[in-house]
Amino acid sequence: MTSAAGSMGSPGPRDLRGPGLTRSRRRYGDRISIGFLFLCAAISVITTIGIVASLVPATLDFFGDVGVGDFLTGTDWAPLFAPPRFGVLPIVAGTLVTTVCALAVCIPFGLGAAIWLSEYAHPRLRATLKPALEILSGIPTVVYGYFALKFLSPIVQEWWPIGDAPGVFNALSAGLVMGVMILPIVASLSEDAMASVPIGLREGAYALGASRAEVATRVTVPAALSGIVASFVLAISRAVGETMIVLIAAGGTPNLALNPGEAMQTMTAFVASAAQGDLPQGSTGYKTIFAVGALLFVATFGMNLVSSRIVRRYREVYE
Amino acid sequence: MTGVEAINVVTPAAVRPTLGRQPRRKRMIDRGFRGVLWASIGVAVLSLIVLLWYVVSNGAATFTPRLWTRFPSLINPELSGARSAVFGTLWVLGVTAALAIPIGVGAAVYLEEFARSDRWYNRLIELNIQNLAGVPSIVYGILGLAFVARGPLGLGFVVLTAGIILALLVLPIVIIASREAIRAVPSTIRQGALALGATELQTVRRQVLPAAMPGIATAVILALSRAIGEAAPLILIGAATYVPFTPDGLDSRFTVLPVQIFNWVESPQEEFVALAASACLLLLVILLGMNGVAIWVRNKYQRKW
Repeated sequence: MTSAAGSMGSPGPRDLRGPGLTRSRRRYGDRISIGFLFLCAAISVITTIGIVASLVPATLDFFGDVGVGDFLTGTDWAPLFAPPRFGVLPIVAGTLVTTVCALAVCIPFGLGAAIWLSEYAHPRLRATLKPALEILSGIPTVVYGYFALKFLSPIVQEWWPIGDAPGVFNALSAGLVMGVMILPIVASLSEDAMASVPIGLREGAYALGASRAEVATRVTVPAALSGIVASFVLAISRAVGETMIVLIAAGGTPNLALNPGEAMQTMTAFVASAAQGDLPQGSTGYKTIFAVGALLFVATFGMNLVSSRIVRRYREVYE
Repeated sequence: MTGVEAINVVTPAAVRPTLGRQPRRKRMIDRGFRGVLWASIGVAVLSLIVLLWYVVSNGAATFTPRLWTRFPSLINPELSGARSAVFGTLWVLGVTAALAIPIGVGAAVYLEEFARSDRWYNRLIELNIQNLAGVPSIVYGILGLAFVARGPLGLGFVVLTAGIILALLVLPIVIIASREAIRAVPSTIRQGALALGATELQTVRRQVLPAAMPGIATAVILALSRAIGEAAPLILIGAATYVPFTPDGLDSRFTVLPVQIFNWVESPQEEFVALAASACLLLLVILLGMNGVAIWVRNKYQRKW
């Protein structure tokens, strides 16, 4: 390093040049600090490696006992019974049904709420309402589970329109409550994205004679699309990965059906309930936890990769 | 009120075209659109009110100091409390905060201020954090089970394991939201500091971080309130077992409030379900307090550039 400093100073004594615009000395403390900050950021990569390293060996082990095809296309899921059956489709169906129920609530209402907050609400009202909504997403999922099972499920049973009334445990009440839980995430993130659209764009549209609905749907929403899509994708992965609500309210029976009135077990609920039992380490049942976990991880990871590609393509940058 | 005055107001809601009126059909559409939006926000607000009302009306009767003074009982709901869970929650949350705040803010500062985006490792980190934010919490529980509690770290089913897992879980939230806050600081402030001779680190520490602090504080509080309500990953690392004692160290077995609630909700005895409602209420009171602080910080200090 001394040679570099020497060559920098070689044209002449530094003090003759006065207080120059080049820095006077190298700041090693700065480099150490930046190195520390880099390590903080690198922990995320270590986390991912840790997740993969904990899932892959046990999953490969599991596929030594059970065929991949049998696992992915089997329609009978009873891994902890004798004889065990390892067809994963019933719990995939459970995840699918509860997720669709949740999205049916959170996407339309969440986006509507976001547009209203961003484009219509009086600033003072928005300053009160937005944090109030964020309280909704901060409510612990066990509380939602309790609410779904004890409050919504009886209502769903009573108002069921066609056929037999569903049981106490049903995918619909779990899914709807899950949608309410995710709604503020969609609303808040979308509103953030819309709020960052420059006011000048709206003013331009108004000056050209657009109505408020037109400004909202043709200027603000398209300009904030990347953020809005990101919020939708986050909503989907929250719904797929949500555990406690479905564990408490959707029932514990694997069920290959698309009727939301039936009791179902999701992938997450299976992992949680299997981990509660005393599964001997190394048994095929124990490894099932990791196989299902790997499936969940791959599904959400793939979804996020696709979404970040979409976001990059449509992102508008304003400075 | 002239058009020019109206347009000079900087909030979106205040921008109103005043030159002439919209055609009738457009105004009808506008009104319908507004009605739909009203319904959306109504659904959200109504859900919040009903949920709070339901928890309060069911949990108020047994919401007594017993909740945090008595240990849980397996058979007698009259004597049962959640002391071990309340203290377990405090312990775990403390560990989580101690790990997640410095690491999360440090990572956010690195990514916003120092990372050159043409380096592959920085792009990898960025992609990684986005993806981690979407990883289900129960997968973190699996990581904790296989890697922290057992396996390489082998810490066991203890407070420290839970704190590490929850810290890793909320880290993407802290990082992403802190980055937003840092990014919202206008680049002219950085340029000003640099032009006055500050180094990059000085600029960050004395100009950018203070300016971004309200946003970062909000991010941290929201992340911690996510952590306080998590049950799923902790079930995998043994929090669902019966724990009739408070933790006395990082290597102590533990349970937390959400897991205690889960155990009580599953009970066939109505008295235990009522206790679950009371514990929900306690959790909500804590969360409302945390959120109140976050809102206060944001409204007091946040400014638009």
